[in-house]
Amino acid sequence: MILKAKLFGQVYEFKDVKDVLAKANELKSGDQLAGIAAETMQERIAAKQCLANLTIKDIYENPVAPYEEDSVTRIIQDGINFTIYEEIKNWTIAKLREFILDDHVTGDQINHVAAGLSSEVVAAVTKLMSSLDLMIGARKLPIYRTCVTTCGAPDRLSFRLQPNHTTDDVEGMKVSYCEGFSYCTGDALFGMNPVDDSLGAVERTMNSYQEFVERWEIPTQSCCLCHVTTAMECIKNGAREALCFQSIAGSQIANEAFGITPEMLDEAEDLMHHYGVAHGPDVLYFETGEGAELSSDGHWGADELTMEARCYGFAKRYHPFLNDSVVGFIGPEYLYDAKQVARAGMEDMFMGKLSGISMGCDACYTNHMKCDQNDNENLQILLAAEGCNFFMGVPCADDCMLMYQSTGYHDNHATRQALGKKPLAEFEKWAQKMGFLEEDGLTLGPNAGDASVLF
Amino acid sequence: MVSDDKLKEIIAQVVGEMMKEAPAAKATTKACCCENVSDDDLEDLTAYELNEWYQVPNAKDEAEYRRLKKVTPARLGVWHCGPREMTNTMLRFRADHAAAQDAVFNEFPKEFLEERGILELQSRCDSKDTYLTRPDLGRRLSEESAQTLKGFYKKTPQVVVYATDGLSGTAIEANYDIVIPAIMNGLKAHGIEAGEPFFVRYGRVATQDEVSEVTGCDVCVCLVGERPGLATAKSMSAYLTYKGTIGMSEARRTVVSNIHNAGTPAAEAGAHIADIVKLMLENKASGTDLKF
Repeated sequence: MILKAKLFGQVYEFKDVKDVLAKANELKSGDQLAGIAAETMQERIAAKQCLANLTIKDIYENPVAPYEEDSVTRIIQDGINFTIYEEIKNWTIAKLREFILDDHVTGDQINHVAAGLSSEVVAAVTKLMSSLDLMIGARKLPIYRTCVTTCGAPDRLSFRLQPNHTTDDVEGMKVSYCEGFSYCTGDALFGMNPVDDSLGAVERTMNSYQEFVERWEIPTQSCCLCHVTTAMECIKNGAREALCFQSIAGSQIANEAFGITPEMLDEAEDLMHHYGVAHGPDVLYFETGEGAELSSDGHWGADELTMEARCYGFAKRYHPFLNDSVVGFIGPEYLYDAKQVARAGMEDMFMGKLSGISMGCDACYTNHMKCDQNDNENLQILLAAEGCNFFMGVPCADDCMLMYQSTGYHDNHATRQALGKKPLAEFEKWAQKMGFLEEDGLTLGPNAGDASVLF
Repeated sequence: MVSDDKLKEIIAQVVGEMMKEAPAAKATTKACCCENVSDDDLEDLTAYELNEWYQVPNAKDEAEYRRLKKVTPARLGVWHCGPREMTNTMLRFRADHAAAQDAVFNEFPKEFLEERGILELQSRCDSKDTYLTRPDLGRRLSEESAQTLKGFYKKTPQVVVYATDGLSGTAIEANYDIVIPAIMNGLKAHGIEAGEPFFVRYGRVATQDEVSEVTGCDVCVCLVGERPGLATAKSMSAYLTYKGTIGMSEARRTVVSNIHNAGTPAAEAGAHIADIVKLMLENKASGTDLKF
């Protein structure tokens, strides 16, 4: 294993695989904050060059967090297919990149190889990919998942209806979700972030959402985004819910900061299979985001992208219906501006798909970032073209509770129109029946924008 | 097929409805007709309460729609052109975002401090940009500022109250002149002495721990601009600690948040802060250690 590279006559040396991975990353403010980023642009390219010549085995044998001390590392390292690993372990990362991009290599062939890749290898190849590389690679990897309905078809694009309210007010949420459904948002899932995470409040929300879905016969999956332990307690008490949510991270320390263990998620999946309202088999919904591990001091000196890849390696164990990368929420100290957010969003989409995860993205930004709604609309189009399964949907892109801007009801259907993607099949029929969508599946119907149709 | 005349009639009717509902559309028309419109007559896109701004034509149940809209600050009942927002909705959003970004990115005006004779200190950040990307530097005072603060009080004050721009200088500008006298008068009424307030540029909440160590105060009150949402850029928080030290647990901070006109008004918040200071001094504790 050679941890050196030469550029313009100068030799660059790197400490270890972790150092190469960090320095090969595109510029991210979080890596700078952690003190692990390349110091010059040339050093960054030298690191990429060094990485290109490392083998899958070199990377696999050097996980960024020690096997003995980190449960996520153990899940990733033990989770690969060792027969396939033996076939490809001597490939260089450059060869892996060229294999993925080869026109004659199909998605199934990529998925075969992917079964032998650890998350660090997924991260490594991503660092050698330009934006269009990510786009071409990701588009070969549609991921289908089924909960109540099925998402993932490349000619369809779905959205999470996120009708948050500052005090979880029942009527305030109702007018928001009725309007969202009328704009054909809500086919991916129907889920709010509760302010009040107490059992009674969550149980009430779960049941009222599921009642609404059943009353109007909406083909979608309901979800309350409380902590997984709260959700399990509610479901044990008889609450009706299709999807179980949890934020996850790429290391044991960071997962502990979220108050979760792998066994807890095993239990949640099992509980949903026996007591959820959906037939599944995909009954979990995860959120991730670059920078989460650094913010909880659980990054093991590794870069944001590698830690994010490990989230997907961890998620894989649970076959989630959806996983969304909340890419712009964390703040400029982790992803500085619209450019860094866009790069991270595209990387996450590709890495998730290569890890076999049904990827969505909360394309979003906070007000202390150098980013505006135009940037966010650009990102939504980019990621939708890359094969993103779903985005969020909030009224006019403004989440009045979480105090950030995401993709709005009016952005979502416009993105479908721009790229010729329809809502999920069953939802399309429902929206047409309700007068929210025309027969072509793309033009909004006469009742679109009128929440009161669903009062 | 609909005849041309019928179509025109429908369009006229729809446009008529929209003019009735959409304040911005009305404003534009007025401004076009009267070249010498007085400033008072100009309609302000941002003056309308979002929960009263309704523009869905011929809704199935308009009365209920309007009633439900009242109970949420979300931007609803806004209607659409094709899949997109109406122009006034789009511009109102952009205006609110512009106010939020200006609050974060504009430099806090030196004149504000000079006019009031307020001492200006600075964190270890040398620019707004460093402030946004290096929380570690924002948590400490620059060496020069630490020196200045050391000599600022003739005798150790029991309580120090200061302001820092944080993520919204606008919030400090909007609340300072009301909240500071309210706190000071409240403390005086409780017989508590506080040192003269000052200002820290590019400060984070935890800068108050160094302020506590340098001044030797018992209670430190840090007024900081909150990260603006689209609803307001003028929201401020107060963080209070009892005998704060660098590196102390976050759980030892007591916070009063949401200080702005539509939240807790500054005068009321100031009195409340003074009461908390009194409690802290009596109980010699802050944060989760302080039982109300």
